[in-house]
Amino acid sequence: MWEKKPILLLLLATAAILVGTIITVVLPFAWVNTEADRIETVTPYTALQQEGRDIYIREGCNNCHTQTVRPLVAEVLRYGDYSKSGEFVYDRPFLWGSKRTGPDLARLGGKYPDAWHYKHMASPRAMVPKTNMPDYGWLSANQLDPTMIKRKMDVLGFPYTSDELYSLADKNEMDALVAYMQKLGSDIPWRNAAATTIVGNLKNPYADSDHSTLEEWEPLYEENCEACHGEHFEGDIGPELDGASMEDTELFEIIYNGVPDNGMPPFAGLGADKVWQVVTFVKYYNQGEDH
Amino acid sequence: MKSTEYNYDIVRSFVNWSVLWGLVAVLVGVIVSFQMVDPRLNFPPYLTFGRLRPIHTNAGIYGWGVGVIFATFIYMVQRLCRTPLWSPKLARFQLWFFNATIIASAVTLLMGYTTSKEYHEMEWPIDVMVVILWVVFALNIIMTIIKRREEHMYISLWYMMASLVGVAILYLVNAAAVPVSLFKSYSAFAGTNDANVHWWFGHNAVAMALTAPPLAMFYYFLPKSTGVPIYSHRLSIIAFWSLLFMYLWTGAHHLLWTPVPDWIQTLAMGFSVMLIAPSWGSVINGYLSMNGQWHQMRENYLVKYLILGITFYGLQTIQGPMQAIRTFSAFIHYTDWVPAHIHMGTMGWVSMICFASIYYLVPRIYGKKLFSIPLANLQFWLILVGQLTWSFSLWIAGVLQAGMWTAMNPDGSLTYTFMETMVEMYPYWWIRSIGGLIYFVGVVVFIYNLVMTVRHGEIASTEAAAEGRA
Ligand code: HEC
Ligand code: HEC
Ligand code: HEM
Ligand code: HEM
Repeated sequence: MWEKKPILLLLLATAAILVGTIITVVLPFAWVNTEADRIETVTPYTALQQEGRDIYIREGCNNCHTQTVRPLVAEVLRYGDYSKSGEFVYDRPFLWGSKRTGPDLARLGGKYPDAWHYKHMASPRAMVPKTNMPDYGWLSANQLDPTMIKRKMDVLGFPYTSDELYSLADKNEMDALVAYMQKLGSDIPWRNAAATTIVGNLKNPYADSDHSTLEEWEPLYEENCEACHGEHFEGDIGPELDGASMEDTELFEIIYNGVPDNGMPPFAGLGADKVWQVVTFVKYYNQGEDH
Repeated sequence: MKSTEYNYDIVRSFVNWSVLWGLVAVLVGVIVSFQMVDPRLNFPPYLTFGRLRPIHTNAGIYGWGVGVIFATFIYMVQRLCRTPLWSPKLARFQLWFFNATIIASAVTLLMGYTTSKEYHEMEWPIDVMVVILWVVFALNIIMTIIKRREEHMYISLWYMMASLVGVAILYLVNAAAVPVSLFKSYSAFAGTNDANVHWWFGHNAVAMALTAPPLAMFYYFLPKSTGVPIYSHRLSIIAFWSLLFMYLWTGAHHLLWTPVPDWIQTLAMGFSVMLIAPSWGSVINGYLSMNGQWHQMRENYLVKYLILGITFYGLQTIQGPMQAIRTFSAFIHYTDWVPAHIHMGTMGWVSMICFASIYYLVPRIYGKKLFSIPLANLQFWLILVGQLTWSFSLWIAGVLQAGMWTAMNPDGSLTYTFMETMVEMYPYWWIRSIGGLIYFVGVVVFIYNLVMTVRHGEIASTEAAAEGRA
């Protein structure tokens, strides 16, 4: 019958479409972003951070980067605590993404010091030689526009002060982007909770390695540490390293857990074994040889 | 009835423009794939990967896919209803407004005006344009159907009407936003809600733009090309209604393991697996329609395109449900496996059917014999090899990547750093780019063949041109 009545067919088709839509798309509004998934510590973006977010959107960073950590072992190990619904209540639009050409950024906030980001954004290949991330140094040349940002904050209904807006006038787009990246995923205090307390006696299994063995581990240092501590431990974004003056266990704890509040990232992801190799390299490489 | 009554002018224009946008889409696809292997090919601010990739996807889906939908729907609706188009003037307006929308989209996306929502990146003024475009189009098609002279509506018309309402509902809901300026708006939904609404849109854009319309074309052009009717009418009825009902539940299979409520994910997973049935309903119907006609695969290039297209659809709708299962998703989600899936659908299924439809249409709307069937066959092989190279390289890459991302040492730490996994992708990304180039050459051959047909093709009456198949 409907095969002869176009209006009826259109109505039936609409009905068929609406059933699944109402149940899986309309209904969830009753639970999502309500008291049920609220997290006290999650705050709206500041004017600078929100502008950074809009630049992230404009440049399409979401085409290479995701922003959700799934509750899967390997993923939590790699990126940090899994994402919770309540963390995204101020995100318009959501930026979860669908493809990880680059790493997930949901827990980026606090992973690196600001200086690292400035350097990395300007030239990703200077820090990570084989990356395919485009250069974004040109963002530093663009000043922010406080009047436009004020309008955005008003539409979003996020709180701001006039001092805050005033201070934007001498900031550029890179400042905004970095401020946004430092906010990502840091509203819940997961970093301290995630740090492993190392129990029992730590002993360096490689303490007696000879110099040629140490050289084999040099790439580990080059790939993970050199960008911040320099080619010859002389320091750059991070301090000069004087391995010889530190205990093996002390080094291990710093490298394994990082110093999250001061910009030294944790390297637990490398695994205890590789961390010991780095410890040994940092501590003994300079000893007995002039660099 | 004399065919002169039908309005073919407008079909011609839509064919010409959609082919142009198809060329642009594939060209930009090749460019972004090379940017992934060599970042020096990024030229900020406009020509960076982040800004070009959405131009590729939107030109592919809306310029090429929807352009061909416009062309074929306007042709099919007239033939199936045995009546001329309701309003040729409106259709002319639709053509220029369509081109204006595509150009405006490309320009604004290059400028960085984007909502970031995949396949819905364009900012709100363009949403308004799209809505006008769709209303005009739907009105014309529906009015033509209403004043039809053939009482019974053929299968293709059902799929066409479903896609008309479907796209309208999806697009309107997902477009909800609060404007800040002409070029910037904020989504009406936040965070997890926004994600859920968006992927309901995203997956059903696949249903309403990349599944239902190509199926409408398939059900029309296959019997037209083989000269044998569709195998089972009853099977098409069941497949149609169950497809339409089930698709809408499945959006959250793009969001497995995310903070979206579990029950939504579970429903999405269940319905995705059930979707195999209605999808394969059409595949089987297509295959069985070839009973006793398989020799045409050798003799008739149109049939070759159509049957290969539906085969890709069949593979796509087995792979898709597989990806919608939680355990499998945990493994391949976010990896290069997914673009391989996508391009089997877009370069294989959708484009194959579009190429066939255009090859069928051009001799009829221009009244000329196809310039060269050998070239059409050559294109077939270029497209096939290009697409298989594209997808196979990334399926392998995706599995490798997923394996490395999840590999753990005996002490419970990760085996590979992110960069160690990323550099392993380069060889596969190279192979993909080469597959893309081969495909691109195929598209160039296609366009050459069409241009030569129009310019120098032997003049034939439409009836005679129709016999131009193999
Ligand atoms: C072509 C894909 C691509 C695009 C586009 C892209 N990135 Fe990246 N990004 C990568 C890759 C690959 C890496 C890993 C290597 C590295 O650190 O450069 C990365 C790494 C990063 C990191 C370091 C993450 C970490 O945990 O070490 C940050 C931060 C980052 N990108 C931010 C951005 C921002 C902001 C944008 C947009 C302005 C952007 N990226 C655009 C590919 C991309
Ligand atoms: C993103 C930049 C960065 C990277 C990468 C980095 N560090 Fe650091 N590192 C720092 C900063 C900043 C500090 C200072 C922390 C503080 O003030 O407490 C630091 C501190 C240290 C210290 C303590 C130094 C002292 O004198 O107290 C050691 C040891 C160290 N890093 C080793 C490493 C090793 C080994 C690696 C590679 C596996 C590494 N770091 C990678 C930034 C970095
Ligand atoms: C020569 C042909 C093509 C090439 C070389 C190509 C290349 C690419 C590349 C490199 C990407 C990015 C993948 C990534 O981020 O990892 C992509 C994404 C995409 N392409 Fe193509 N493409 C081609 C044809 C097409 C066609 C014809 C269509 C549509 C009709 C299409 C639709 C898409 C879509 C929807 C995406 C988004 C994928 C996602 O969200 O993960 N492509 N393409
Ligand atoms: C039964 C049918 C199908 C099912 C159940 C299905 C399922 C899926 C799933 C689960 C994903 C997400 C993969 C991931 O990110 O982990 C996906 C992605 C995708 N599929 Fe399918 N698929 C089906 C058919 C199709 C068809 C016919 C096309 C036509 C071109 C298609 C195009 C796409 C596209 C474009 C994406 C990428 C979305 C993105 O940007 O992430 N799919 N599909």
